Amino acid sequence: MTDGNGSGNGGGLKLRERMSDVGTRIRESQTWGSIFRPGSPFRAGYSDSPRNRSYVVMNNVLYHLHPVKVKRHGVRLSYTLCLGGLSFFLFILLTVTGIFLMFYYTPSAEAAYADTAALSTSVTFGGLVRNLHRWGAHFMVITVFLHMSRVFYHGAYKPPREFNWVIGVILLLLTLLLSFTGYLLPWDQLALWAVTVGGEMAGFTPVFGDQVTFALLGGVEISGATLLRFYVLHVLFLPFIIVIFMAVHFWRVRKDGGISGPL
Amino acid sequence: MADIPDELLRRSAAARAAAEGVSVEDILARWSGEAPAPQAPPAETAAPAATEVTPAPAPAAAALTVAEYAKAAAEASGMPEKLLMRSAQAKAKAQGVPIESVLADMAGLPDPGSAPAPAATSPTPQAAPAAAAALSTEQYAKAAAEASGMPEKLLMRSAQAKAKAQGVPVESVLADMAGLPDPGSAPALAPTGTNGTTAVATAPAPAPAAVPAGPPEGVRTQRLLTVVQADAIQQVKAEPTDKVNVWPHLLAVEFVALLVVTAVLIVISVIINAPLLEAANFNLTPNPSKAPWYFLGLQELLSYFDPMIAGVLIPGLIGLVGLMAIPYIDRNPSVRPADRKLAIMMFTFFLMGAATLVILGSFFRGPGFNFTYPWSDGVFFDDLKDWLE
Ligand code: HEM
Repeated sequence: MTDGNGSGNGGGLKLRERMSDVGTRIRESQTWGSIFRPGSPFRAGYSDSPRNRSYVVMNNVLYHLHPVKVKRHGVRLSYTLCLGGLSFFLFILLTVTGIFLMFYYTPSAEAAYADTAALSTSVTFGGLVRNLHRWGAHFMVITVFLHMSRVFYHGAYKPPREFNWVIGVILLLLTLLLSFTGYLLPWDQLALWAVTVGGEMAGFTPVFGDQVTFALLGGVEISGATLLRFYVLHVLFLPFIIVIFMAVHFWRVRKDGGISGPL
Repeated sequence: MADIPDELLRRSAAARAAAEGVSVEDILARWSGEAPAPQAPPAETAAPAATEVTPAPAPAAAALTVAEYAKAAAEASGMPEKLLMRSAQAKAKAQGVPIESVLADMAGLPDPGSAPAPAATSPTPQAAPAAAAALSTEQYAKAAAEASGMPEKLLMRSAQAKAKAQGVPVESVLADMAGLPDPGSAPALAPTGTNGTTAVATAPAPAPAAVPAGPPEGVRTQRLLTVVQADAIQQVKAEPTDKVNVWPHLLAVEFVALLVVTAVLIVISVIINAPLLEAANFNLTPNPSKAPWYFLGLQELLSYFDPMIAGVLIPGLIGLVGLMAIPYIDRNPSVRPADRKLAIMMFTFFLMGAATLVILGSFFRGPGFNFTYPWSDGVFFDDLKDWLE
């Protein structure tokens, strides 16, 4: 660790040496080792070997999502375009921003609009987070739709993946429902009348039209009850259901032999 | 025959034939249920004879046939005969001894190759007194339970079933399970041969143990519950493919994709505000009233068709049911685009149609949901209100 102009900054070097020593000692401590499992690049003595590369995934919670190895063509960005992964990532992002919004929002006809307006003006980063949540939701509808299209064009729904396609269609439906129920929550003119139009469409259901509308709106027309209903569906029920279907979807991707192809 | 591959079947038939000293054809014929080979009695008829041999081996005065040895060994070890035979063959070959010796050893019988069992005449001291006084059924059951580590009740039930099936008294079966001499047979002889070491290792629960002594404390004995045909649940065809490590190749790509999307989203969110119009007012219907954009294609359809068609048939049947049914309708196994022209054309048509309808509904519909040109009449699309103004 000595260099040409050694004596001049010798004190600094000593400090640096001591600092790096502290770092090594932390990484070699039992506590650190208990957090990062064998094979983790954060552990002391990690080296880039095929064995350790396997361990990075195998000894990690990631192993529930990814195998240790994938087909080479599967990692090319041009194959999946990351669309399924991005749909999932957007869902995570929407969950995180959504939880933030929940701190400031009351699902009642009296308070909802004022809360939403205050969010944009008087909460730190409130406006930004609301924008992220809203545009993220639109993005997710688009990425899910594009993901479906790429799966179709690759013929990736063919045996043994038929049923994963069916699960996918359910995920698409759930994504649309999540977006639709969220649409009402700001309780402004846009929300109210968009949901009115949507509710009317639901009323065209054959035979049970009136019942479907009643169940959806919590009454014969939109009211505070509808707002509460959409809120619970939006923040609790639908996310719960979609997470279950996503888990099955990802599991099937792996059980069906990983990513399809190459073409 | 069952759907066992031909080659496997042939191999196992050959092994069986060699073991029994009959021709392969006879074995195959027997398995396929055709006229049983005359010289090799079917397994069922062979059974009773073998059972008499097993429990506490009677001095093997007359050397037995391979089949009988196999049966005895199978009974002694609880392993299916077929599996046992295969392992005996391998062992015999490896040690260069006749297969009978190996089987006899496994069954705890005196080796037919050695001098007429001198060891058999020296009964183990502990075993003899136990045999002298016949025990009661309960005592046998207790001993057997201790020897096997199984609950007595379960053991009793299985012993009864076995006894009934073989037509022997329950005591014999229990004694056999406990590794005690069969009360029914002649004064028992310890199954230890001159080449004792192996015999002790393979005999079920070697006799030397006195009545109450089971396996040593903490040692669990193993039982073979069932043998499942080696048929995978899933068809795993491991063809060598070109694979790469997920770390770092895939994770790096995913991480970059995630960063890019986050960055794009943040930029958009800084530039464009989410819409917030006036507070909801039930008495003031905006004109036009539009659904969220992903439903605008349907709303567009509603302006052409009857609600029954545009609101129910198209979204419900074509949209949901139709989409879900695609994999079951498209039976073409190929994924090459050149082979799927019709499917690709139809799906592209569906995508283009949906996109066109959404764009029409979003940007070309104005007051009264009448047709407008966005460049002359303005855009009536409130989702992007903040940006359009
Ligand atoms: C919330 C929505 C969804 C999420 C989070 C999601 C996630 C994923 C992910 C991460 C993959 C791995 C490959 C890739 O990234 O392309 C995948 C594959 C797949 N997805 Fe989705 N998906 C969703 C919706 C859908 C939809 C709407 C469909 C079809 C209607 C679908 C059908 C499939 C199929 C068949 C595969 C296997 C593709 C292959 O092996 O190449 N998924 N999905």
